[in-house]
Amino acid sequence: MLSTRHLLGIKDLTLEDIELIMKTAQEFKDVLNRPIKKVPSLRDVTIANVFFENSTRTRLSFELAEKRLSADTINFSASGSSVKKGETLLDTVNNILAMKVDMIVMRHASPGAPHFLSKHIKANIVNAGDGTHEHPTQALLDSFSMREKLGDLAGKKIAIIGDILHSRVALSNIFALQKQGAEITLCGPTTLIPRHITELGVKVSHNVKETLKWCDVANVLRIQLERQQIKYFPSLREYSLYFGISKQMLDELDKEIVLMHPGPINRGVELTSDAADSHHSIILDQVENGVAVRMAVLYLLAAQN
Amino acid sequence: MQRKLILASPLLEITISRLCQELIENHQDFTDSVILGLQPRGILFAERIHQELLKATGVNIPLGRLDATFYRDDYRRRDPVSPNATKVPFLIEGKKVILVDDVLATGRMVRAALDAMTAFGRPEKVELCVLIDRIYSRDLPINPDYIGKKVNTLETEKVLVEWKEQGHDEDRIWLIPVK
Repeated sequence: MLSTRHLLGIKDLTLEDIELIMKTAQEFKDVLNRPIKKVPSLRDVTIANVFFENSTRTRLSFELAEKRLSADTINFSASGSSVKKGETLLDTVNNILAMKVDMIVMRHASPGAPHFLSKHIKANIVNAGDGTHEHPTQALLDSFSMREKLGDLAGKKIAIIGDILHSRVALSNIFALQKQGAEITLCGPTTLIPRHITELGVKVSHNVKETLKWCDVANVLRIQLERQQIKYFPSLREYSLYFGISKQMLDELDKEIVLMHPGPINRGVELTSDAADSHHSIILDQVENGVAVRMAVLYLLAAQN
Repeated sequence: MQRKLILASPLLEITISRLCQELIENHQDFTDSVILGLQPRGILFAERIHQELLKATGVNIPLGRLDATFYRDDYRRRDPVSPNATKVPFLIEGKKVILVDDVLATGRMVRAALDAMTAFGRPEKVELCVLIDRIYSRDLPINPDYIGKKVNTLETEKVLVEWKEQGHDEDRIWLIPVK
């Protein structure tokens, strides 16, 4: 049983929680590889997907996970809703809950929005990304995908490369990987690495080639131009020159490393097309595993009422 | 209340071999028959049946393990049960399925298993083989086709099956009090 009623962030999970989610996800992955990919576990559960921010992968992945578990789902997106008329977050959610909804999957631009909500409502909440804070299910599916390739993550060397400052994926990954005993190096331009991040016990590098030589896994993050109000680097071309990863760089290493990206990829910026499509890359495995991991999270949280 | 021994060697081996003879009587050469052990505790018993039938007939009947956790109807109504691996490396479409579990009580797990099975095709026939049948404990109209031993139990009792494969000295089946 999980130690929590909500999945707000990886920070609140115990290692046992993570292990339980991984084990359950493995069984759901088996289910997803059968001719009939559906189980009736959550047929009495209604889940609302409340997205105040854009999303393709995460939203589709959650929706599919819910359908595979036989839950009833409703979708809400902020554009074209009463949010535009000035309704508060709590009012919006309470109105959804009044329609007898058991779980809320929420993405919001403000860090801490799901934490705020969890103090005021009874339904289980799954954080599907809150601003630049956490994106727990992405970190869980990243860990699941790494474990498929490398086995136990204790002592493994994981590099997170790119826009760390604006990335919720980075923070959730740091928490998840540290709980599983992995070593972490963050790599990116100084302006995109948060100050004092080394306090979390991670190393920081500004040299991509050195970082690639060191690591077993390179998790490459997207440059989040939509969150950047000021210029953090002179140009995309310069960024890709110094921090972009090409297939040639991967081939020149004297070992095999695993290349990951949470998507959407800016092809030619943080990854060249040939690197993203190379045999090093498990980017599409991540997407596949995402459904199984989200099924596990929803399944385990639904038992917490 | 003390634990009570209800079945052990040599009677247990005789029981298993009698169940196998009954299976042979009904399935003969086992064309189109498959064995599905029910996770978690029916697996070892299913493996015994499988070995015994291999010895007796020389036929290697396809053996799978089925986990019905995700199909249970009491999820969210009691403490969650963690899932086990399902390994059914064959289609059961048109097959005669021998579903094997160690103890039959309420029948809810068997109902869930019948549901779970449909993900692998539509079987021609499903039979249920159990080692211990806790009569009068049933919640659903489900009855076994092959029964090792019928036991009349109280609600405050539980059947515990110990196999050598789990590290026990002997195969033993106990009736124990539930705290």
